[in-house]
Amino acid sequence: METVTSSGSAKLTLPSDTEIHVTREFAAPKHLVYKAVTTPELVKRWWNAKRGQVTTADIDLREGGKWRYVMAAENGFEVGFHGEYRDIVPNERIVSTEVFEGAPDPESNGTVNTMTLKERDGRTTLTVLIQCPSKEVRDAIIESGMEAGLQDAYDLLEEVAISLPAGS
Amino acid sequence: MPSMARAATTTDAFNAVAEPRRRRILDALAVGDRRVNDLVGLLDISQPQVSKHLKVLREVGLVRVRKEGRERVYRLDGHSLKPIHDWVRTYERIWSERFDALDEVLADLKAKEEGNGDGDK
Repeated sequence: METVTSSGSAKLTLPSDTEIHVTREFAAPKHLVYKAVTTPELVKRWWNAKRGQVTTADIDLREGGKWRYVMAAENGFEVGFHGEYRDIVPNERIVSTEVFEGAPDPESNGTVNTMTLKERDGRTTLTVLIQCPSKEVRDAIIESGMEAGLQDAYDLLEEVAISLPAGS
Repeated sequence: MPSMARAATTTDAFNAVAEPRRRRILDALAVGDRRVNDLVGLLDISQPQVSKHLKVLREVGLVRVRKEGRERVYRLDGHSLKPIHDWVRTYERIWSERFDALDEVLADLKAKEEGNGDGDK
């Protein structure tokens, strides 16, 4: 029986001023990874990690078909993402557009994401290449990580504060 | 001295690398130490421009200079790139967490498939 523990952390690189490249290996064959990333009830289980809930995962998996994910953060705040499938090769590759609905002028600040699956010895390497319309958009996406990181820090601070005895 | 400390802030390093020609200078220095004229030849940027950009890069600590005879040799100092490295790592962590959750989903799918072959309910 193989271990199914975490296969390590995601590796993120910036191949150019307008691109973000993420890669990660999974202890599963590619048809299962493909299933997990294209089935709404499964996407709801992982897409937002532990940062609140995915309340909507609409997937019309065909070229020209639309997708939309909505997540509700713990503070009740909702954020939506949507896009369109441009190219689909089952179990191999999905090219889609992605628009963050909270961005200024969302439709013109969307990205083109290419997800690729490569299997070797029963393990699958998933890569996502995010192509942004400008360096500003790419930087804003990375900044969104800063905000989440900051939120973690606040949460931690709050836990520590709560654990302190009153009056200390 | 306080002004020196001020100049080495994160924001300034970010600003310094936001300029494409300065990034090309940094790329060239990443390969090895260079004199101003080497950079002028390599990058096809005028000497006054190269000097101007090197000054900005020195001010934020991305580049150090030493004298060799009558010439000034420039060297990349990676330390001040650390804030930029950290900046990217936070976003990377979101993906790591997302993929950790995906590991759990995949483990379930594998268990189902290996179990009775009856994947769908």
